[in-house]
Amino acid sequence: MPDLRPLVRHQLMWPVLALVVLLVVNVVATPSFFSIRMQDGHLYGSLVDILRNGAPVLLVALGMTLVIATRGIDLSVGAIAAIAGAVACTSIAGSSQESATGTAIVAMSTALAVCVLLGLWNGFLVSVLGIQPIIATLVLMTAGRGLAMLVTDGQITTVNNPAFRRLGAGFVATLPVAIIVALVVLGITAVLTRRTALGMLIEAVGINPEAARLAGVRSRTIIWTVYVFAAFCAGIAGLMIASNTSAADANNAGLFIELDAILAVVIGGTSLAGGRFSLTGTLVGALFIQTLATTIPTIGIPAETNYLFKAVAVIVVCLLQSPQARAALAVNRRPAAAPVKAGVA
Amino acid sequence: MSAVTVGSTSWVDRVKGYSPPQRFVPVIATFVLFVSMFGVGSIRYEGFASPQVLVNLLVDNAFLIVLAVGMTFVILTGGIDLSVGSVVALSTMIAAATLRAGWPPVLSMVTVLAVGTLLGLLMGLVIHYFQIQPFIATLAGMFLARGLCYLISVESIPIRDDLFGSLSSATITLPGDVYLTYTAVIALVVVGVAAWVLHMTRFGRTVYAVGGSEASALLMGLRVARVKVGVYAISGFCSALAGLLFSLYMLSGYSLHAVGMELDAIAAVVIGGTLLTGGRGLVVGSLLGVLVLGAIQTFISFDGTLSSWWTKISIGVLLLVFVVMQRFFSRRQS
Repeated sequence: MPDLRPLVRHQLMWPVLALVVLLVVNVVATPSFFSIRMQDGHLYGSLVDILRNGAPVLLVALGMTLVIATRGIDLSVGAIAAIAGAVACTSIAGSSQESATGTAIVAMSTALAVCVLLGLWNGFLVSVLGIQPIIATLVLMTAGRGLAMLVTDGQITTVNNPAFRRLGAGFVATLPVAIIVALVVLGITAVLTRRTALGMLIEAVGINPEAARLAGVRSRTIIWTVYVFAAFCAGIAGLMIASNTSAADANNAGLFIELDAILAVVIGGTSLAGGRFSLTGTLVGALFIQTLATTIPTIGIPAETNYLFKAVAVIVVCLLQSPQARAALAVNRRPAAAPVKAGVA
Repeated sequence: MSAVTVGSTSWVDRVKGYSPPQRFVPVIATFVLFVSMFGVGSIRYEGFASPQVLVNLLVDNAFLIVLAVGMTFVILTGGIDLSVGSVVALSTMIAAATLRAGWPPVLSMVTVLAVGTLLGLLMGLVIHYFQIQPFIATLAGMFLARGLCYLISVESIPIRDDLFGSLSSATITLPGDVYLTYTAVIALVVVGVAAWVLHMTRFGRTVYAVGGSEASALLMGLRVARVKVGVYAISGFCSALAGLLFSLYMLSGYSLHAVGMELDAIAAVVIGGTLLTGGRGLVVGSLLGVLVLGAIQTFISFDGTLSSWWTKISIGVLLLVFVVMQRFFSRRQS
């Protein structure tokens, strides 16, 4: 067990360091960055904002982490998020009691059920038909926004439902609901994957699906499950986005969120080649992305250029992860690197 | 079935006995799809069957054809290029910004093409020499190009250059009063050149070899590195050229041009019958793929009662059908 400690340290050192650097930049730019104030029993402050705005990306990234751990990818999460928002808002708007709590619960359950169906569809394409994950989910990525527009009839559907609004903009026990939901999902995922064999099985499938199957792991079921989970997480994220604005925008809700999620996963140290994953890393990655989005306007650069910084982040992280760069960097540390590899395998 | 066979043995036998070369089958399927779509369209809608509608498919999708050609090269080697849409946007931005700064139009065009090719080359180098998955490297390229767009300007920049203006409005009259723009001609030339490169040159054959099996290609002593980097440079060049065509079409440069166009390009290539695992496919197929996508749009605009989002849904469905077909096709072979 003590062997694992340097491994964890090694994996998370860079992302955490990057996050800390960003936070320091923020503090230098705005000294009041860390201050959190209490107002009407709610917590406010930049850090709370980062957590709250980062909740959808974190949720999507959680699902994405497990998908990537099986050597897959899910490009359709943004479209699924849009569909979730569209279904929920249309359902609420079409109800006879628009502002009732029951309506919101029914609407959200319907939306999540639809997302699970979409996840089943993705999983079917990947695990049963054996289509490459990029392409299988590309189908829904292309068609999904069309479906969302079909649901909303091409309009931006606005709703007025206090219970629904709480998910994205409400507070429970001084904290925004969005943060609590995201952290609860993170916690459940962590317990399910790290306190049961599930996480190991997912990694086994990611390393070699065929070998895992021969060893008695139900590869197909596991792959199917992770796509359903990813779609479910995307659905919650979509509900959050729709709830935050009390509107479903089929075109723009969750736009590029799949890329942000992949970025968060990659920054967190989960290898795109599959076979190992780190939920903590994903959390750090999602926070990094959201902090970056906050930092750029703070230090006086147009907010839109954050793409540029994301690109640099992806390139740097990938280069650091690539075997060639590692070999070049770790010439002196080779004895230390050997047990790390053993730990991974 | 059997009754028909008895009725006209010789004819059916000849038809049944003929099987087109395996590599043409997907392209023929796409061609049949395109023709039948056009057939259905001309039966249902008045004026659909005119030659001008057909030519307009080329005119309105010239940039997409060029993009799909570049994407074909990349997918043939088993890679993927997600950056093309952003590079198109970046190209329109560079063209518009340099023209506004008073550069001669030719110099501005050359700059655009150079930047696109350079970006592609860089991505290719990163993919090959650092063994980073094409998906993630070009994703970075996509972000980079969009970021650079915003760095140039957040606002849309109009293009008021005379050469650009005359190029975009100039037409060639074909027999039968059909108008063709120069952009469409350029797109067709690109398709021709790409087909020539893929089938008549050493580079082209190596592209297919790398897509078939990179390890085998390496063991055969083929120049794998040059090809793997080269296809991304070609895709970058094609994206930049497509960006120029797009700026002629829109006469403006804007950071939000061509959002999601990479998906259309990939869809066109897949519908055109190129295997996503690489090694099999034709450039002509990608041209047909773009025409099918264009035909869907024409269909929807002719119908009038169908909403625009049916375009996306039908592209998704077509993509699905072709991917599943590919899957069964390759499974049967192996």
